[in-house]
Amino acid sequence: MTWLSPKNSSRTGIRCLFLSLLSAGLAAAQTVPPEILERLEKAEKAAANAQTAGDNGWMLVSSALVLMMTAPGLALFYGGLVRKKNVLGTMMHSFLMMGLVTVIWALFGYSLAFGGTADSKWIGDLSFAFMNGVGTAPNGDYAGTIPHLTFMVYQLMFAVITPALISGAFAERIKFTGMMLFMTLWLIIVYLPMAHMVWGKGGYFGALGTGIQAFDFAGGTVVHITSGVSALVCAMYLGKRKGYGSEAMRPHSVVLSTVGAALLWVGWFGFNAGSALNASGLASSAFVATHFGAAAAAMAWLFAEWMVIGKPSMLGAISGAVAGLVAITPASGFVTPMSALMIGAIAGVVCFLMVAKVKAMFGYDDALDAFGVHGIGGTLGAILTGVFATKEVNDLRAGMPMGLVDGNGGQVMNQIIASAVAWGLGIVGTLVILFVVDKIAGLRTTDAEETEGLDLSMHGEEGYHMEG
Amino acid sequence: MKRIEAIIQPHKLDDAKEALKGIGIDGMTITEVRGHGRQKGHTETYRGMEYKVDLLPKVKLEMVVADARLEEVIKTLTAAARTGKIGDGKIFVFEVADAIRIRNDDRGDAAL
Repeated sequence: MTWLSPKNSSRTGIRCLFLSLLSAGLAAAQTVPPEILERLEKAEKAAANAQTAGDNGWMLVSSALVLMMTAPGLALFYGGLVRKKNVLGTMMHSFLMMGLVTVIWALFGYSLAFGGTADSKWIGDLSFAFMNGVGTAPNGDYAGTIPHLTFMVYQLMFAVITPALISGAFAERIKFTGMMLFMTLWLIIVYLPMAHMVWGKGGYFGALGTGIQAFDFAGGTVVHITSGVSALVCAMYLGKRKGYGSEAMRPHSVVLSTVGAALLWVGWFGFNAGSALNASGLASSAFVATHFGAAAAAMAWLFAEWMVIGKPSMLGAISGAVAGLVAITPASGFVTPMSALMIGAIAGVVCFLMVAKVKAMFGYDDALDAFGVHGIGGTLGAILTGVFATKEVNDLRAGMPMGLVDGNGGQVMNQIIASAVAWGLGIVGTLVILFVVDKIAGLRTTDAEETEGLDLSMHGEEGYHMEG
Repeated sequence: MKRIEAIIQPHKLDDAKEALKGIGIDGMTITEVRGHGRQKGHTETYRGMEYKVDLLPKVKLEMVVADARLEEVIKTLTAAARTGKIGDGKIFVFEVADAIRIRNDDRGDAAL
């Protein structure tokens, strides 16, 4: 997300062109007439405006695409996977984040993630609180060609979907009040510091900081590792759903989940290609890597399932696609299309084994596999980014080798360290928050509420009515 | 009068309806039901989790006929709904004390 191609490149290009023309045409005359300078200045301004128009157009579309991932995308994906008595409660977990996180972000969240100075290693400050200083003028620290407002709202969409991802782990058994309080605290204590460390000005793992440089193009560490690991902690803390293992807990509608997964796939173009923060060739590169990763992973999961279980399922295909999208996220702006196919294929097989085999061995009830897909897929993607990142795609280090394929094996270690920090923050932060929220508001529904279903017990409504 | 309750394979419903119409049986009530007899269910797998589904979709036909027509109806129904495989279903026959047409108070066979 902070990996910018050189700013104002078109402006510089035009200046060179004009100057070479001028020097040819005015070789005899030693001074440049003022009207020529004036026109030159106008041309530069027009070029800058054109770039802003193109970049801003793409980034606004990307912002909307990422919001679409939360609802309808994730809401449908998760909603279809639960039993029908919990469909609204589960969709609410996603939809509510669009409201809750936005308000926090507007008040102080954005500032804590992206405010701060070059010395703010771990968290930002309150300089952008209440949208102070966030206007149409670009913020050169992050994205020099788009309005600061666009950058802010784009980042907001990431903050919306990240806690929503966790909800897959505590589906069908969490109290609404406890969930709301948990999400609020999780955003503040886990997400905002992590976002700052990786993307914020001065952040310890960022390109703009002075610490360890870890590559994370679109949020493998910040979004998927933190949410996936936190999901595992939630699943273990809350315990299994009542009747887990003995009662049938089939997805009530794989149809809804399929529609949701397809919307996630499309929305992910905004998530990854948008992370170029402009409408450049790098955005195209990330777009293609994203698509290739998802496609390879969908196929890989499907074939693995076919071989191990016997039948290729729709749910397998969509789970694979999502796993691939998760894994390619940190890598999308650093790897070639062929590497993207590899990353996707690896992620499809590994996440399948994790969800279908390893989970059963440990016996935790990660109801919708938020950990198996986002935690494992995210970690895998972060490490593979260190393997496959190449300067051919993103010359972030000015000619120096990027990943293992370029001959920089040490990058893999950087990636592992950054992932470990995300794991650590996810585990410790989530445990503390769960403990506090459990004491204040309570987390787990009563047996009666759980049996009745969240839709009726928490919200007083039902998703489906027999009598129409 | 007898009440016939036939539980058959859903895909045989159209055949059964047509055959009964062919011998002049016009009135019946049809319900989509779930159940199982000797036929075992199937297994569904979601992300590696296996679920045994032993209640299978069936269709239940109910009709009341005059005593004299009973054997003819049973013969027609079994012929139309039979595939010869396990899971074809069953027919149950009950005594009916009376029948009343609500529209005009017809009683007994006249109400059918």
